[in-house]
Amino acid sequence: MKILRYVVLVLFGAVLVLAGLNLPNRGDPDARLYRDPSPAGTPNAPSYYIRNPERDADTPNMVTVILADYRGFDTMGEETVILTAGLICFLILRRERSKEKRP
Amino acid sequence: MMRRDDDVIIGLVSRTVSPFIMIFALYVIFHGHYSPGGGFQGGTMLAAALILVRLAVGNDLAQLQFPRSWGTPLGSAGVLIYWGTGFVAMICGGNFLNYAFLPLRGTPPHLRNLGILFIEIGVGLAVCGILTAIYDDLLEGHPRD
Repeated sequence: MKILRYVVLVLFGAVLVLAGLNLPNRGDPDARLYRDPSPAGTPNAPSYYIRNPERDADTPNMVTVILADYRGFDTMGEETVILTAGLICFLILRRERSKEKRP
Repeated sequence: MMRRDDDVIIGLVSRTVSPFIMIFALYVIFHGHYSPGGGFQGGTMLAAALILVRLAVGNDLAQLQFPRSWGTPLGSAGVLIYWGTGFVAMICGGNFLNYAFLPLRGTPPHLRNLGILFIEIGVGLAVCGILTAIYDDLLEGHPRD
């Protein structure tokens, strides 16, 4: 049984490597995935995001521009989720000091 | 039994390392336009610097560095900076979170650059404050510190 496990592991790794070999380069605007009319013929948002952040926001790091400018509404939601988690911890875990009995 | 916060070496090392972690966290926040990083990562590192001192010298002594009551207000201030940037842009005539309409001087790309910086600062403050507050809240019921 132990040999079978290793065989499955190696096969799974081989599948992952095979899938990774054909991925497009990161940030390559000419890759098939990022061409402007997408292979389905629809407008492609990633193509715009790769080509234009420097012109739109004067920032070389396109990830920052996507996170904070193009998708700023989403980041705002994430931050609000973090604040909500903190407030819930505050409400559930914090005890009122005035009612605490001093030993 | 020896109290945990009596250990000189651990206390001294963590108190020495903490400001450097904070400096690097600020670098990660403010250099997020040009390198990997940003508000979430930098805020997490700020919180790590604060929690490191709390773990090493004990929670009572660490109140001198960052009091327990600051965490939630700091997080709320960060979220307020974010929402405030969006609403200021909206009041000045643009869409919500359209930084090109911020009431500052500059071309729209430069204003968007500045708006991203404001937002990263807000996110960093919020993450730092909330993570520290969660740690303090979890520690509230502990008998010793």
